[in-house]
Amino acid sequence: MKTAQVIMDTGAHAAALAVKSARVDVVPGYPITPQTSIMEAVAAMVENGELHARFIPVEGEHSAMAAAVAASAAGARVFTATSANGLLYMHEVLHMASGGRLPVVMCNVNRGIFAPWTLWADHQDSFAQRDTGWIQYHCSSNQEVYNTILQAFRVAEQINIPVMVNFDGFAISHCLMPLTLPAQEDIDRFLPPYEPGWRLDPAHPSSFSNVTNAAEYAPFREMLSGDILASISLVKQAAQEYKEITGMWDGDTIDTYLLEDAEVVAFAVNSMAAELRLSIDILREQGIKAGLLRPRLYLPFPTEDIINAIPQNAQIMVLDRNYNFGHPGGILASELKSVLFGRRNDLTVKNRVVGIGGIDLTRRFMAEEILSMMEE
Amino acid sequence: MTTSIKKLPDFEQVLSGNGACGGCPSTMALRIVGKALGPNAIMLLTPSCAVASMGMTPKLAYNWPCINVTFATAGSSASGITHALEIMKEKGRLQGELPTVFSWVGDGGTYDIGFQALSAAAERNDNMIHFCYNNEAYSNTGVQRSGATPRGSFTTTTPTGKRQPKKNMTRLMLEHNIPYVATATVAYPGDLYDKVIKAKSIPGMKYIEILAPCYLGWQFDMPETVKMSRMAVRSGAWLLWEAENGRISFNSPSSLIISGKREAEPVNEYVMRQGRFTRLFKSAAAESRIAEMQADIDCEIAFMRERAKITT
Ligand SMILES: Cc1ncc(C[n+]2csc(CCOP(=O)(O)OP(=O)(O)O)c2C)c(N)n1
Ligand code: SF4
Ligand SMILES: [Mg+2]
Repeated sequence: MKTAQVIMDTGAHAAALAVKSARVDVVPGYPITPQTSIMEAVAAMVENGELHARFIPVEGEHSAMAAAVAASAAGARVFTATSANGLLYMHEVLHMASGGRLPVVMCNVNRGIFAPWTLWADHQDSFAQRDTGWIQYHCSSNQEVYNTILQAFRVAEQINIPVMVNFDGFAISHCLMPLTLPAQEDIDRFLPPYEPGWRLDPAHPSSFSNVTNAAEYAPFREMLSGDILASISLVKQAAQEYKEITGMWDGDTIDTYLLEDAEVVAFAVNSMAAELRLSIDILREQGIKAGLLRPRLYLPFPTEDIINAIPQNAQIMVLDRNYNFGHPGGILASELKSVLFGRRNDLTVKNRVVGIGGIDLTRRFMAEEILSMMEE
Repeated sequence: MTTSIKKLPDFEQVLSGNGACGGCPSTMALRIVGKALGPNAIMLLTPSCAVASMGMTPKLAYNWPCINVTFATAGSSASGITHALEIMKEKGRLQGELPTVFSWVGDGGTYDIGFQALSAAAERNDNMIHFCYNNEAYSNTGVQRSGATPRGSFTTTTPTGKRQPKKNMTRLMLEHNIPYVATATVAYPGDLYDKVIKAKSIPGMKYIEILAPCYLGWQFDMPETVKMSRMAVRSGAWLLWEAENGRISFNSPSSLIISGKREAEPVNEYVMRQGRFTRLFKSAAAESRIAEMQADIDCEIAFMRERAKITT
């Protein structure tokens, strides 16, 4: 391990620094709060020569993802970033990236969706892209954003599936936290140059996304579904090797806190999960055996790791920052119940929707929320 | 001098055994375009007849690497490819002459759903050729109206004939101040070939629109594709011109019509051969609707004559 550098930086800028560390080739981008700072930072780095890449100032997010898909098909390492309505606007083209098996990496800085308008964080935007065939990480600190983008490129390029790295608007994107930047040499060891197995190449005329019959279409889809599941082991490997090279660890598919003996398990993603550690401390002080399970990976859902990690007979308190419309409660709870069903009948799952549109989630508020859920 | 059809190269980039209709104008045009572009090119397509006829996976009738992109994104997708190639070359990962990046897109993918991304790519002056093969309708989905459908034309979504004039896309592209804009059509293959050769040598954004009379949508006899294309030009319904850095010049025979050396043929003869207009002729308002069509053509000729005098 070479000497690392420690600075104070925002989550958005940490993302831009990861793009630079990853030696990305092409970055199409379009502004939307709170993601804009990433694009501005990348554009500046390209302009001043710090990052040898092309920044394409497209006219909208649908085009941003289209340019990303096409640049990736041409053989480049590609990054872009968005938020909320920008992510929704990309929806059609997200499927092109996954169906086309292109290892694009994108940050989504979580923000509530309008109508009505909001600028602040919740997780409706990323969870609404569940069925696009992207691998999705959710991060809880600036450092984790930086680390995860590098891991995301590695996983994406190993299995040819695009990866979305999500983190909360403002709480992460705009707040300063200490950030450790590993030496470039170490990063290069962790993330070798991208060598596509296939690219658009006149020496080998072939078609991308041509018309298929069901007999060809179905196996393509089956392969994608299988490979998304298989990416779990690559996610673990990437986290492990990143730790060996840089000494940093944010968890692999999941991250836990005081979970081993927990009778009450808080279950949540993103910045609120970082705050929840403090809520767990409050509950522990009151003599409650509380712990935390934070899925770092939302898709593929880390079923086995969750099932193996949760102690017997625990009550799981799922705090969802989103709605699962048509069902009571939120999306995470629904996903969790579906994987526990028939496998961990000893567990109880309780659920509340909190923090919608950026409502502040303090450690005390969430500790009280968990206490009141225990009464239910 | 325009290259003679006899002088076009022998090699084919459009391979035999594709799925287009007999007499398909866009496939005919692509064949000529292929001779000008050669094999060192990357092709983008949006959903259209051109995709439906390229062959089913894993077969391919177009002898280039081809990428089928989402309908609205020819402009931005081509930008992605062209920037990727350029940066990979800068970084030493690609050697030799970079391939020409070109989009082969219908009027639907150009005038309508793809307009925004194309306009933005033009404004950025990204290096590509955007070809619009204009068959004046959404042919692949069964002939619905598009922004390129001319006034009076019957389509499945204009059952009594379209009331509005077509959008003037070539002029809109001209006003993007890009290095090269040209029009062409299949009856003048040498003219098309020369324009593609020229476009290939110019860096930045190039737009070439090819009028593609489609027997299915326009409802004429299949062997008459080229004849219909020629009639469109002779009537002035389609003008052949090119603009290099905003400087417009007209190509024969449109140049003769513009300069007044030759009269444009009346629109009746051109439209009477097309089933898509015949309902008009049967209606009580036939005369005034045809007068409208003639007025649209006269207006465009007069406008282009004056517009060519302005260089930006
Ligand atoms: C987003 C989206 N909307 C609609 C379609 C359906 N669609 C496929 S081809 C087509 C029309 C294409 O028209 P044009 O670009 O003129 O090409 P042509 O069929 O005439 O060759 C439409 C509407 C689609 N593929 N994607
Ligand atoms: S419908 Fe028209 S444009 Fe489409 S393949 Fe047939 S002739 Fe060509
Ligand atoms: Mg068309």
